Amino acid sequence: MHLTRRQTLGLCAGATVLATIGPAIPAAFADAAAAERSLMEFTGGKTPEAGKITLTAPEIAENGNTVPLSISVEGEMTEASYVQSVLLLADGNPNPGVATFHFSPMSGRASATTRMRLAKTQTVIAVAKMSDGSVYMDKKQVKVTIGGCGG
Amino acid sequence: MAVPKPRVKLPKSVAAGDVITIKTLISHDMESGQRKDKEGKLIPRKIINKFSCEFNGKPVFSCDIEPAVSANPYFEFDAKAMESGTFKFTWVDDDGSIYTDEQAIEVK
Repeated sequence: MHLTRRQTLGLCAGATVLATIGPAIPAAFADAAAAERSLMEFTGGKTPEAGKITLTAPEIAENGNTVPLSISVEGEMTEASYVQSVLLLADGNPNPGVATFHFSPMSGRASATTRMRLAKTQTVIAVAKMSDGSVYMDKKQVKVTIGGCGG
Repeated sequence: MAVPKPRVKLPKSVAAGDVITIKTLISHDMESGQRKDKEGKLIPRKIINKFSCEFNGKPVFSCDIEPAVSANPYFEFDAKAMESGTFKFTWVDDDGSIYTDEQAIEVK
């Protein structure tokens, strides 16, 4: 991953804010590898493609305790073909799992909104599994000013 | 904490085949199991771990929940209404308690 100067500055500023006013963060955090493991468990070893699923999250979350998050998946919702489930992961939380949504043809539209906790600035990942077994992914980085786990 | 109180919002009547949006909220601390009390001991985890919505007994939407979902968990999702009936909402707590709510809808 290449960081531009602006991103680097932003990260440093974020880290300083966390260090000075943020709550004490528990030592054990999930890492990208743990998130990857949960992802592979969900997809059954398939690498998800980009597209179809859209993850909407704020770019900067002032309060990590309640970060609004929406997902929506394109595609029809019929008995023959529908969006089965969507897994949400946060790779910088103590545990990467956030929630798994299960849809049905009765859902009409595969979209859902919830509010989640984010311990620190990190990437949120959404993976959709279709009834035919194909998987799609979207991810978004959310900058967190005050973490939302423990403290 | 007081007994969790579920709240659900959905239209009272719709045209057949329309997709409606349902909003649900339940008051619950969602104790993550990561926080410590004043003596430095971990506060045990106590969250709502499962939410589901059924329409006339058929599953519409459900959700497995981890501690990373915020306190007073909020869910917004869609459902297609083909006939009049009742939506049943169920929240399952870590301690085994089950909280439910029901809402009738009329299809015109």
